[in-house]
Amino acid sequence: MNSDTILSINKLVAGYGETEILHKISISVNKNEIVSIIGPNGAGKSTILKAILGTLNIKSGEIFLKKTKINGVKPSDVVKKGVGYVPQTDNVFVSLSVHENLEMGAWTIENNLNDKFEELYNLFPDLKDKKKQLAGQLSGGQRQMLAMAKALILDAKVLLLDEPTAGLSPKYRLEIFDTIQRINKSGLPILMVEQNAKQALQISHRGYVLVDGSNRYTGTGAELSADPEVARMFLGSRG
Amino acid sequence: MEIFLGYFLYAMSLLTVGGIYALLALGLNVQWGFAGLFNAGVAGFAAIGAYTYALLTTAESQFHFGGLELPLVVGDILAMIFAGIVATIIGLICIRLRADYLAIATIGIAEIIKLILKNETNITNGPRGINKIPRTWEHFTEERFYTNFPMNLFSNQKGWEAFFASIPKWWWQPFFAITIILIVIITYFFLEKLRVSPWGRMMTAIRENEKAAAAAGKNVTKRRIEAFILGAVIMGLAGAFLGQHLRLIEPTQTFDPSKMTFLVWVMLIAGGSGNNKGAILGAFLIWFVWSSSELVTNGVIEILATMFDSIDISILKNRAGFIRMLFIGLLLQLILQRYPKGILPEKRPAISGKY
Amino acid sequence: MWESFWFEFINFYFIPGLVLGCIYALGAIGITLTFGILRFANFAHGEIMMTSSYLTWEFVLVASSFGLILHPIIGAIPASICAIFLALIVDRFFYKPFRNSPTIMIVIASFGMMLIIRSLVQVIWGPNQITFVKGIAKPNHFIKDFTSNFDMMLLIPNKHISILLGTIIIMLVFNYLLSSTKIGKGMRAVSDNPNLAEVSGINVENIVKATWVVGGFCAAAAGVFLALDTQFIESTMGFRMLLPMFAAAILGGIGRPFGAVAGGLIIGLAEELSAYPWLGNGPVISPGYKSGVAFSIMVLMLIFRPSGLFRGKVF
Repeated sequence: MNSDTILSINKLVAGYGETEILHKISISVNKNEIVSIIGPNGAGKSTILKAILGTLNIKSGEIFLKKTKINGVKPSDVVKKGVGYVPQTDNVFVSLSVHENLEMGAWTIENNLNDKFEELYNLFPDLKDKKKQLAGQLSGGQRQMLAMAKALILDAKVLLLDEPTAGLSPKYRLEIFDTIQRINKSGLPILMVEQNAKQALQISHRGYVLVDGSNRYTGTGAELSADPEVARMFLGSRG
Repeated sequence: MEIFLGYFLYAMSLLTVGGIYALLALGLNVQWGFAGLFNAGVAGFAAIGAYTYALLTTAESQFHFGGLELPLVVGDILAMIFAGIVATIIGLICIRLRADYLAIATIGIAEIIKLILKNETNITNGPRGINKIPRTWEHFTEERFYTNFPMNLFSNQKGWEAFFASIPKWWWQPFFAITIILIVIITYFFLEKLRVSPWGRMMTAIRENEKAAAAAGKNVTKRRIEAFILGAVIMGLAGAFLGQHLRLIEPTQTFDPSKMTFLVWVMLIAGGSGNNKGAILGAFLIWFVWSSSELVTNGVIEILATMFDSIDISILKNRAGFIRMLFIGLLLQLILQRYPKGILPEKRPAISGKY
Repeated sequence: MWESFWFEFINFYFIPGLVLGCIYALGAIGITLTFGILRFANFAHGEIMMTSSYLTWEFVLVASSFGLILHPIIGAIPASICAIFLALIVDRFFYKPFRNSPTIMIVIASFGMMLIIRSLVQVIWGPNQITFVKGIAKPNHFIKDFTSNFDMMLLIPNKHISILLGTIIIMLVFNYLLSSTKIGKGMRAVSDNPNLAEVSGINVENIVKATWVVGGFCAAAAGVFLALDTQFIESTMGFRMLLPMFAAAILGGIGRPFGAVAGGLIIGLAEELSAYPWLGNGPVISPGYKSGVAFSIMVLMLIFRPSGLFRGKVF
C-alpha cells in the first residue's frame, strides 16, 4: 500500500441482511485527492459509504484508514478516528440551531472550539449570519453547507459525501462543488458519491464507475469524462 | 368417586376457560401474527362480545336493557358482528398508524369501552354488571327455556323438571366444554385454510415488506383492516362464551386488562405468534400454569404458615395473586429474550407464485 | 368586578385543570423523550410514576417512626433517586437486549414491565388505596385575603401551590438542561435524528442513560404531585395516567419535550373544563367520561395532524 493512501477498500463484500449489494469492491483515496463514485441508481454507491461508516453488515474484505483497519468498528468510533461523513438526506438536526449543529459535530472533543467554529464560519459565510436559526429553516443549499461544516469540525482525515448536490438548484450545485474544491485545497481528501456525474468528474482527480455493485471503470476524472462508453452510459442525460 | 368427579369437573373448567383463551389467542394471532397489528385492547373486544351476548339473551330485568331473550346462537353471532363493527370503525381510523400508535389507540379504546359500560347505567347496569347470563346447554334447565318453543314440544314443564332432577346437576359441564373446544377446532381449521389462501399469503407479504407489497399493487390498508376485523370477531365470540362461563359480568374486574389482554399476549408469544397451533397450545399451557400456580402458591403459603406461626397468612393469601402475575410477567420477558419465536415457531406458506 | 362566573370558573375549573396539566406535562416529558430517542412507546412509564409515590409514602412513614415529620416533597427526593435507578435497571435488563430488534419487541417488553412493576408494588404494599396526605386541603389564607382586596378571590390550596411552583422550577431546570448543556443538546440531537447522531460521533448509549435519568425524575415528580393532589395512592394510578400522558406527548409532537409540556397543560385543562356547564346547566361532558377527553383529543390528533402541534416525528 502506497504511503499516500488515506482510505483504502479491498475486495469489499457487503449488503443489508441476507442481500449482498457490493461484490468485491476496491477503492482508494490518496492524499489531497477528490475521488468520485458514479454509476446508475441502485448500483450500491451509497452503500459503500455506509460500509465505511460501519452502519451495515460487512461480509468480507477490508477497509483501512491509513494503516488502521476500521471494519467492525462502531460508527461513532469510525467518526472519532477521523472519517467525516455527510449523509445524503436528513444530514442536519432540524430542531437544533445552526451553532448547536456544529457543537454536535464536535461531540467527542472536550476542549474549547471557538477558533475552529470561527474558521468554519469563515469557510461558510452563509452560515455565520444564521448561527441562532434552526437548521430546519435553512434552504437546501445552506443545509448542505451546514452538514459539511459539521463533518469538518473533527479534523477529519477524509471526508465522505453522499450525493452532496442531490435535489439542489443548478446555482447551488455550482456553489457546493466550489466549496468541495475549496475544502479539498485546504488539504482534506474527499470521497464523494454523485448523480451529477459530469460536474463531479470535472472537479475530481479520479473516479470509479460502479455498476451492479462491482467496479466497472476506473480512471482520472478527465479520462472518464472523455471515455465514450462512460459518456454514453452516464453523462448523456445527466449533469 | 367424589374425588374423581372433582378432578373431572376441574378438568372440564380448565378446558372451558382454556378454550376461551385459545379463541382470544387465535383472534390476536390473526391481528398480530398474520398482519403485525399490535392490539393492546383485547379486553375491550371481549367485553363487547360478552355484553352484546348478555344484553340480547338475558331475561327481562329491571336493572338493564334486555328482555329480548334472543336464541343463544343468535346472541353469539351478534356478539361477533358487533365486535366486528367496532373493529371496523377503529380500523378505519387507526390502522395506518405505526404499531406503537395502534397499541396506544387500542388501549385507549378498551378504556373507552369500559367507560361506556360503566356509565351507561340504564343499558348496562353500570359497575354492578349483568347477572344470570344464560349458558349454552345449562340454559335448558331454566324455566323460560323448557316452557317455550322448541323444548315444550317434547315434554311439558313437569316432564322436564323430572328429567333434570334425574340427571346429575353438572351434566351440562362436559357439553359446554366440548362445545367450546369444537369452536376452537373449527376456528383453527378455518384460520389454517385462510393462512395458506391467497389472502393469507398476501398478509405475510405485507408484514414482511409493506412498501414492496404496496408497490406491487396490494391494497395494504384494506387487507390490514380485514385482518383486524376478523381477529376482533373471534375475540367477540370468545367474549360471548366468557360471559356464559362467568354468568356475571361487570366492566372492571371481569375485563381487567392484565388478565384479559396481557395474559393473551403472553399465551400467543409463548405458543409462537404467527402459528395457529402455537396460539392454541400457548393458551392452554399458560392457562394451566396460571391456574395451577394458584394451587402452588396456596400450598407454599400453607407450608410457611405451619413453619412460622407468627406469619399472618391472610396478607400473603391476599397478595398471592400478584406474585403469580409477577411471575407471568417475568416469564414473558424470559420468552421474549430467549425464545422470541415461541414453542411452535411460525411456518411460512410458500410465498412464490401469485398472491 | 369579579363576577360569579369568573370566581367559579377560575377556582373550580381553571386552577385544577392547570394542576392536572402540570402533572400530565411532567409525565409526558419522559414519554416523549423515550419515544423520540429510543423510538418506542414506553407503557411502563406510568408505573414508574406510581412506584415513586409509594416510595415517597414509605420514606415519610419510615422517617415518622424515627420521630421525623417530613413533608412528602422531602420524601420524594430519595424516592426520585430510586425511580431513576428503577428506570435505568429496567432499561438495562429488559429494553437494552432489544435495541437492534424491531421496536415492537421493546413495546411488548414494556407492556410486560408495566405488569411486573405493578404486581411488585401490589405484592409489597397491597392492592388497596392508601391515604397519602390526611385532611381536607384548605385554601391558602394569604392568597385568599390578598386577592379579596382586589375583589377577585382566589382559592388555592397549598398543595396546588406546591405543585404549580414545583413544576415551574423543574421546567426551568429542564429548559436549562436541554438548551445549555452538552448532554441536553445531545438528547435533542438524538431525538431529532438518531442515525445522524450516531454518524456524528455522539455516544448514543450515554444519551439513552441520560434520558432515563431525566424521564425517571420527571415521572417521580409527576407521581408525587398526583398523590399530593388526590391525597391517596393506589396501584392503578399510573395506568390511569398513561393515556393522557401519551395524548399529551402526541399532541405536542413526539420527541418535542416542550411540546409535551404544552400538550400536558392542554389535556389537563381540557379534562377539567369539559366538566364546565358551557351549554345550559349540566356539564358538557358527564364527569364519568372525563377520562375519555384525552383519548378523543389523541385520536383526533392522530387522524388530522399526527406530527402534533409542534411538528414532531411521525414514524
